[in-house]
Amino acid sequence: MSKERIKISPDLYDIMPSDYQDLVQSATYGKEDRGWKDIGTSKELIEQHSLCAGCPESMAFRYILASLPNPEDTVMVGSTGCTSLVFPMVAVHNIHSLFGNQNAIASGLKRALSVRFPDRVKDVVVLAGDGATVDIGLDMTLQAWFRQEKFTTICFDNELYANTGGQESGLMQKGFVAKMAPVGKLFDKVRLPEIARESGCHYVVNCTVSKPSLVEKVIRNSVLIAREIGPTYIQLYTPCILEIGKNSMEGLQEMRDSEKPTERFAYKEYVSEPAKQLLAELAAKDKERKAAAKQLAGKA
Amino acid sequence: MAEIKSHIGTQNKKGQTYTDAWKMMHEAPRNPSFYTGSEVIKEALRRASCDVMIAYPITPQSEAAALIGELFAEGYIGDYFRGESEFAVMSQCAGAAFGGARVFTTTAGPGTMRAMENFPMWAGARLPIQMIVTCRGINSPLSIQPDTIEISYLLNTGMLVWHAETAQDFFDWILKGFIVSEEPEVHLPLALCCDGFFVTHTKDVVNLTPADMCLPPYDPYRSPVPCMDMECPPVRMMRDPFIMKSNYISYATHASWQQEIWAAVERSRKHTIKWINGLIDTENTDAEVVIVASGTAVSQGREAIRLLEDEGVRCGLVKVKSLRPWPGEEIREATKNAKHIFVPEFNVTGWLAKEIKSTIPNSERVHAGPHVCGGMTMPPEIIASEIKTALGLRSESLAGRGS
Repeated sequence: MSKERIKISPDLYDIMPSDYQDLVQSATYGKEDRGWKDIGTSKELIEQHSLCAGCPESMAFRYILASLPNPEDTVMVGSTGCTSLVFPMVAVHNIHSLFGNQNAIASGLKRALSVRFPDRVKDVVVLAGDGATVDIGLDMTLQAWFRQEKFTTICFDNELYANTGGQESGLMQKGFVAKMAPVGKLFDKVRLPEIARESGCHYVVNCTVSKPSLVEKVIRNSVLIAREIGPTYIQLYTPCILEIGKNSMEGLQEMRDSEKPTERFAYKEYVSEPAKQLLAELAAKDKERKAAAKQLAGKA
Repeated sequence: MAEIKSHIGTQNKKGQTYTDAWKMMHEAPRNPSFYTGSEVIKEALRRASCDVMIAYPITPQSEAAALIGELFAEGYIGDYFRGESEFAVMSQCAGAAFGGARVFTTTAGPGTMRAMENFPMWAGARLPIQMIVTCRGINSPLSIQPDTIEISYLLNTGMLVWHAETAQDFFDWILKGFIVSEEPEVHLPLALCCDGFFVTHTKDVVNLTPADMCLPPYDPYRSPVPCMDMECPPVRMMRDPFIMKSNYISYATHASWQQEIWAAVERSRKHTIKWINGLIDTENTDAEVVIVASGTAVSQGREAIRLLEDEGVRCGLVKVKSLRPWPGEEIREATKNAKHIFVPEFNVTGWLAKEIKSTIPNSERVHAGPHVCGGMTMPPEIIASEIKTALGLRSESLAGRGS
């Protein structure tokens, strides 16, 4: 049903760009159990990107777009930064307006979609860098959570301002020497996951994007919980290999090193009680669906 | 895609009938009512089929913003909430408009300034949001009193900018403003300005349209840019993000988009003329002396003209209603006989006089003033005195002016 909306008129088919034709033919809009394993066998919702070679953000983008549970009715909100170089290539509606106002945009957007489509699911997902989320936009990040706005906030944490050339950010580690931190950053990495929990988020995860299956689970949970219960926050380490002096091939190892149990991106998760209940219900339904499918397959 | 159909003649959930806007504004019976300007804003919104209103407290618009909250509680507005600052509110308005809603908000003075980054973005993204600006002083020193200086900052944002004189203007223009700014060939935000307190906090008789009639709902699929609701194909917008490309295509695209915004302002001209009956109003412009003003300075100018008539000085009046689109041609025509053009303003810089000077031939005819600012009133005697002084007539000294 979701393909209906992107179908090409036969008269215009041959003049459409091939990436659009591919979307119509093999993108996974509407597929119930879509996930990272579709990568390679179906058209991804991200075309090319203009990030640096080997940038972990590009991996994160691909996993997230493969994992959105409802891309045919999802609108994404970005902010200025490296992510805004990718969004024009993404095959879900997305909004870039200013730097740092992404959670305010998403608040208005989600409410407008709820007014206009009261009987339909329309998911809103914010995806912005750490400067946008934690520094210039912190006020609006937190206020959206205080108001219990029903959308997901994803922060690509590369621990600095990458797009402007590697300046200090609030999520940078203490002591790191960077532009605008000439003697090393003087204060600790802001503890936004804990702040998110205290601000009313129902699902908070802090991790890297080294494991696609983990990213898939986290993104799916965060969108489904935001849809039904309230705000969710996902902080993903997407190291800026350029600014921390790594080579193109070293992004994955950097993430693996940073997610060890004592490191700052060791997997951390908070789930509120209502969210736990929802996840249990969804898991039960999923089990039921799989059993029914198996039974059907057996009969056939 | 959501079904596109005419709603005219059908009823909304409050039992109001969606009515052809021209009929509602020009042919339906009017009911004289005695209201404050803030109450008039509420009554206009009751009839506006507004989807989302976002509020924030700042004097002198707080009362209007709270009254619209009452409308929401009564079920006339789709959604309503208090944002955390004007910057956030204007971004929330943008988000709602990107999502296809008819959006309304109100602000004033320092709030307008705090939100400023949003306004060129609204225009650039072609979001037909309506923002009421109840003008007041900009700090510092702290002032909550009437002053129109904030309008000058809005003039180059790409927004439509109208300046209401009376509560009646306000009532009519709020409703007409949605129609003009939502025209597909316009589709731009509107800053509908008035002079704070003078209009918002005084009572006046206003002729209201029937409360059981309302505007047809906004149709986001008439927008010249896609509505961000995933109801139309998620086109890949660009092959390369322009921001990183220092090349001809990038520059040319940005340049043409900037020009398109101002072309849309230009295209709003004919709709504005049609709906608010011209960009200016004129009286006796065959006189050698003409006052050109906007907002409540028009009212004060009108009183000054009465005083001058008593003394045998004939003086014409031009009321500037729309600042964007700018009525250059109209002002040139209306001032062609004038030897002296006076521009009284409620601000210290005289931005309206500068706009007029840059528009008309022989601009030395323009006397920029009198100016009052920071919340001072503008007694008609000051205007009359300034005119008489310029004409070389004897003028009685005014209290406090030291002469």
